[in-house]
Amino acid sequence: MTDLLTLTPRQRDDLRTVAAMIIPASEEYRVPGADDDIIQADILATLGRDTKHVVAALDHLARLAGMPLADLEPAARDDVAQQFRSSGGGAAATLVRVVLQCYYRDDRVLRSLGLELRAPFPKGHVLPDGDWSLLDPVKARGGSLRRAP
Amino acid sequence: MKDPVDVLIIGAGASGAAVAWSLAETKMHILCLEQGGWMNPAEYPSTGRDWEAKFYGEWSSSPNVRGRPEDYPINDDNSPIKVVNYNAVGGSTVMYTAHWPRLHPSDFKAKTLDGVADDWPIDYDALTPFFEENDRIMGTSGLSGDPLSPLTHPPMPQQPMGLSGAIIAKAMNKLGWHWWPSDTTVATMDYEGRARCINLGHCTPACAQGAKSSTDITYWPHAIRAGVELRTHCRVREITTDENGMASGVVYYDKDGVEQFQPAHVVIIACNGVGTPRLLLNSASGRFPNGLANSSGLVGKNLMFHPYAQIYGYVKEPTDSNRAPPTCLWSKQWYDTDLSRGFVRGYGVQFVRGAGPVFEAVVSEQKGILPWGTDHHRVFRKLNGHRLGFSAICEDLPEEHNRVTLDPVLKDSHGIPAPKVDYTISENSRKMMEHGLARGREFLETAGATDICVNSPIPWGGWHLLGTARMGTDPERSVVNEWGRSHDVKNLFIVDGSIFVTSGGVNPTSTIQALALYIADQMKQRLANLFD
Repeated sequence: MTDLLTLTPRQRDDLRTVAAMIIPASEEYRVPGADDDIIQADILATLGRDTKHVVAALDHLARLAGMPLADLEPAARDDVAQQFRSSGGGAAATLVRVVLQCYYRDDRVLRSLGLELRAPFPKGHVLPDGDWSLLDPVKARGGSLRRAP
Repeated sequence: MKDPVDVLIIGAGASGAAVAWSLAETKMHILCLEQGGWMNPAEYPSTGRDWEAKFYGEWSSSPNVRGRPEDYPINDDNSPIKVVNYNAVGGSTVMYTAHWPRLHPSDFKAKTLDGVADDWPIDYDALTPFFEENDRIMGTSGLSGDPLSPLTHPPMPQQPMGLSGAIIAKAMNKLGWHWWPSDTTVATMDYEGRARCINLGHCTPACAQGAKSSTDITYWPHAIRAGVELRTHCRVREITTDENGMASGVVYYDKDGVEQFQPAHVVIIACNGVGTPRLLLNSASGRFPNGLANSSGLVGKNLMFHPYAQIYGYVKEPTDSNRAPPTCLWSKQWYDTDLSRGFVRGYGVQFVRGAGPVFEAVVSEQKGILPWGTDHHRVFRKLNGHRLGFSAICEDLPEEHNRVTLDPVLKDSHGIPAPKVDYTISENSRKMMEHGLARGREFLETAGATDICVNSPIPWGGWHLLGTARMGTDPERSVVNEWGRSHDVKNLFIVDGSIFVTSGGVNPTSTIQALALYIADQMKQRLANLFD
C-alpha cells in the first residue's frame, strides 16, 4: 500500500475515472458526473481520515487494471470495476462512499434533486401535523398492560 | 493530597447527571469526573453543508471510528453488534435518537410471567414517580393514553405526524395493528430554556437547536447551580479501597494527563454497561483479585444489547427523509409473550421516517440497489426521499457468556486496558428478529413499498449497553442490591444500565434515568445508615 497522505497523479486519474463510472454526467437530469472538476477537488480536499483507505482502494484498482483505468477498453474497464467492488472490501466501500458524499452535496446535484442548498440549521424544515383521527381505530381497539398477578 | 469529597460520581451522562442533580439537595460535596468535555452546539453536524459526511468520521456513533481523545477503544470483533456510545458531558444523550419509551411493568417480572431470566428486585411501581420526575426534567413530548404502553404524562404535545407518519399510520390501520406517536425527548414547544424543534432532521448526532434533550442542557445546569462540581477531561483508571474493603477514592488522569488521586466517602459509577464493568475489572486488587464488587463473578456478564431487526423499502409518495426527527411513531403490537410465535418475550417497533441523500446513496449502493453508470440517476431519484423503515427492537435475555472482559492487548490513550466484548445472538432473539422482519415486510408491502432491504441485526446498533452488573437481593447472583449498592463494597453504588436485570424491548434511557433517581432517593432516605 502506498504510504502517502496524498494521492499520486496516477491515483488521481484513476479516482476520476472510477468516479465517472459510478456516476456519469447526465444531460437528462442536468447534472455533472462525479469526475467533474469541482467534485473531484472537493473529494481531494476533504479526504482526511479516509485517505489511507482510499489510497489502498486505488492501489487495489491499479493492480486489477494493470494500466491506467482510463486506458482500458470500456468492456475491460467495466470488468475491472465489478471486480474492484466485489473484492475491494472496506477500502473500496470507503472510496465509493467518499465519491457519493461529495457528489450529493454539490450545488448542481442538489438543485437537480429539488433540495435546498443549505445546512439544516438554522432554518430547519416544516412538517405537516397530520390527521390524528387516524388514531381512532387504535383507540377503539384499546388494550391493557400485562402485569404480574 | 486532595481533600476528600462526600460523593464522587464517575461519568456525566444520562445516569450520572440524574444522580448528581438528585443528591445535590443534600448539600454534600459532590464531585463528578467525566472523561469528555462540554459540547459546543455551534460545531454540531447540522450546522454545516457536510452534515451527513461527518457521520462517517468525527461524528460516527462508533468510538472506534470516531477516535476522539475523549473516547476509549472497544474490542468488539467477536460480536455481530458493535458498541456505539458518546463520551462527553451528557454522554450518549448527546448522540441518541431521543426515542423515549419506558420498560413495561411486565419487564420487571420475566421469571414470574414467562419463566425466563430473573425478576427484578423492584417493580415498575417503585419507579413510577421517578419516571415522571425524569420526564419533566428531560422534557418529553408525546400523547398520553397509549393503550399498550405504560401511562405517561408528557409535558409537550407529540411531534407532527409528517408525510412518513401518515403513510405508516394508514398501513398499520389497514393491518389492524397497534401504533402510537412516540414519546420523545424532542421539545415540540419552547421548554425550560430549550428552543422548540424546527426539524433539522439530523437528530442523532446532537441537536444544534437544543430541542433534543441531553443532560448537558437539562440536568447539569441545575446540578451545577446547586453546587455539584463537574471536572471534565478526567479519565478514571481505578477505584481504590481501604483496609476495611470500603472504596477510598479513585485514581484518574486529569486534562493534562497527570495521574491524580481523589479520595471520596461514597463512589457512584455511571459509566454504562461496558464502561462500568471495565472500571470494576480494572480495579482489581489483592483484596479483590477478580475485580471490585465481583464476588458473584457476574461483573461483565449478562451483557444485553437490543438486537435490531430492521427492514425498509421505498414508497411512491414522498417521505420526510432528513426533514424530521428520525422516529415519530412506535408499535407495541408484539411486545408481550405469545408462545405461538415461537419465542418468549417480545419486541417494540420504531418506525423510521427516511434518510438524507448521502446516507441514501451510500447505503443503497452497498445494498446493490443503486447501480453504477447511466441508470444511477434514475434509480437514485426513485429511492431518495421515499424511504420508510420498520425496526424491531428485540428483547435480549441475559446470558452469562455474553460479556465484557478486559482486552489483554488493547489499551486507551492513557494505557488503561480496554474492554473486550464477546457476544452472540441467542436462538430466541433470532426467532424474534425473524418474526419482526416478517411483520415489517407485511407492513411495507401494505404501504406499497418496493426494493425492500434488511439490516438484521443492525451491525452498528449496540446503543443499549445493559446487564453487566445486575441488581438483585442475592449477593451470589447479583452485583448490586435492590437500591444500587454493591453487595461487596458498602459505599460503592452503580446507577447506569449495567444494573438492568432484563432488557425489555424498548430504548432504555428513560428507565436508566428513573433508576438513577430512584437510587439517589434511596440513598437520601438512608443517609444516617447508608453503609449498614
